[in-house]
Amino acid sequence: MGTITLNQVTKSFGDVQVIPPLDLSIEDGEFVVFVGPSGCGKSTLLRLIAGLEDVTSGEIVIDGRPATEVPPARRGLAMVFQSYALYPHMSVRKNIAFPLRMAKMDKAEQDRRVDHAARILNLTDYLDRRPGQLSGGQRQRVAIGRAIVREPQAFLFDEPLSNLDAALRVGMRMEISELHAQLATTMVYVTHDQVEAMTMADKIVVLRAGHIEQVGTPLDLYHQPRNVFVAGFIGSPTMNLIEGPEAAKHDAHTIGIRPEHVAVTDDGPWQGTVGVAEHLGSDTFVHVHGTGLAETLTVRVPGDIAVRHGDAVRLTPDLACLHRFGDDGLRL
Amino acid sequence: MATAHSRTAARLMLAPATVLLLAWMLIPLCMTLYYSFRRYRLLTPERQGWVGFRNYENFLTNPAFRDAFVNTLILVVGVLIITIVLGILLAILLDQPMFGQGIVRILVIAPFFVMPTVSALVWKNMFLNPVNGLFAYAAKGMGLQPYDFLSQAPLASIVGIVAWQWLPFATLILLTAIQSLDSEQMEAAEMDGAGPLARFRFITLPHLSRAITVVVLIQTIFLLSIFAEILVTTNGGPGTASTNLTYLVYVESLLNYDVGEGSAGGVVAIILANIVAIFLMRAIGKNLDA
Ligand SMILES: Nc1ncnc2c1ncn2[C@@H]1O[C@H](COP(=O)(O)OP(=O)(O)OP(=O)(O)O)[C@@H](O)[C@H]1O
Ligand SMILES: [Mg+2]
Repeated sequence: MGTITLNQVTKSFGDVQVIPPLDLSIEDGEFVVFVGPSGCGKSTLLRLIAGLEDVTSGEIVIDGRPATEVPPARRGLAMVFQSYALYPHMSVRKNIAFPLRMAKMDKAEQDRRVDHAARILNLTDYLDRRPGQLSGGQRQRVAIGRAIVREPQAFLFDEPLSNLDAALRVGMRMEISELHAQLATTMVYVTHDQVEAMTMADKIVVLRAGHIEQVGTPLDLYHQPRNVFVAGFIGSPTMNLIEGPEAAKHDAHTIGIRPEHVAVTDDGPWQGTVGVAEHLGSDTFVHVHGTGLAETLTVRVPGDIAVRHGDAVRLTPDLACLHRFGDDGLRL
Repeated sequence: MATAHSRTAARLMLAPATVLLLAWMLIPLCMTLYYSFRRYRLLTPERQGWVGFRNYENFLTNPAFRDAFVNTLILVVGVLIITIVLGILLAILLDQPMFGQGIVRILVIAPFFVMPTVSALVWKNMFLNPVNGLFAYAAKGMGLQPYDFLSQAPLASIVGIVAWQWLPFATLILLTAIQSLDSEQMEAAEMDGAGPLARFRFITLPHLSRAITVVVLIQTIFLLSIFAEILVTTNGGPGTASTNLTYLVYVESLLNYDVGEGSAGGVVAIILANIVAIFLMRAIGKNLDA
């Protein structure tokens, strides 16, 4: 069914190699998220899979069949674009039915599938409107509807939630996860938001400059980051990375400790002054300066601990949760 | 611009231009109306007086009027069809990345910079002339009989000349519209299984509808009053084969020296143009709503 395999795929725009040779396999029914900083090639990789860009070299296999030369329409994939790319002059119904119409499916079956998709996505009341008359979240759902009616091998999403406000984003995130559970179809999802990646993915692919830095489940990446980049990228707030003598004490070039694994105590080995304390209610993130370890150490403490700007605090790391990295940045 | 004060100021500042425009349009219009009800022949200028609707009667019952009316419609519709169809094709072509794109675009726009009289003369003498023209030369080269375009197919020739002049305008407007088409929409359609033709029909063409409307409306206004091209090529002939309403008005007032009937013809032309405009706005004006 919806397996996707990339073998030594590369992509260059002119002289610039955006994707160096890259191998990746995506299992059937998996929810795979590509994350990475802006410009690292996530969209390019997705478009290579979709067939909207030609690979410079290498091979793409979809559902066990070589797909490198297959045009996008016949790869059996459906894509949801960041801008939604709805057809503005067609009603919602026509938008959703468009791929079916192009496949010359008979009218009754088209209607059945469109109605089904509209029910799943709560769009039934809007079928006769134009995209311009919908809210951002509704447009997003139309775009998803247009993708699901085709019953594709796999869905490709390119930052589908980035145009939505924070609350709606959380809602749509859950809807997409639920849709995945319901359809059990392979989904490849691009985002630069690591919270989206952590909450939605079965498997996360961390990219940097076209390289795959690590592939694994969200918890793998969280507990066992393969290198300093992944350690710094996954987790919110980000992991504290400490170099120098303190790291040398642990026989490492760099040590990393997550904010939740540092406690504010009366007799901790590290000390500094509070720069900013972000009170979220449940938790407080304390940014501590002047420790001599790193410019800022972030510490997560329970919400009821009263710390303010300028307070002197002592910190105790939980050494069991320390991450150690060597000179080459790799995990020791 | 919302306070009462700023609105008054805006009106005051607009006033001179408005008055000038009104005078510019109203005075000739009123004089035309005035003469259209008068007996005013340049050959017998002393015999004047009110004649009621006689001038209108004469103009409308003139057998040339029917021909001119039909010719005007053919001219407008013919040029519109040619410019829009070729304009869309050219715009799509110019939108493709290609070698020398900048120069090609300027070349395509060039005909628009040539004034109508000149371009019509160039066509008449360099291309369509049955003895010295390039087309005649080409025909002879292929062993064919040269075709005398301006006397055998006068109206079609004029349609061709005018279409050539207006093609750049249509192309330009349509090209900017095509360039504003969201490329993700095209890619989405591609993934949805739409081939090139389906993409053109379902994505590009609807996207262009507003630009096409603009082209149709603007060109219609100008095409209804084509004159110079006819004057320098066929003089409305042979017979009335290439006479349009504007040219007929000219014939009546300046060749037959009947200013009264010419003015009546002018008024008729204004009314007909407005009828056309109303129909057009009804038919395609909704495309302009956002
Ligand atoms: N058509 C193109 N021509 C040349 N370079 C391109 C093209 N498309 C992308 N690139 C380059 O390829 C690199 C990766 O781009 P890509 O769009 O895949 O990044 P991304 O990871 O999706 O970033 P973002 O999170 O900002 O969307 C960028 O450096 C970009 O400049
Ligand atoms: Mg991107």
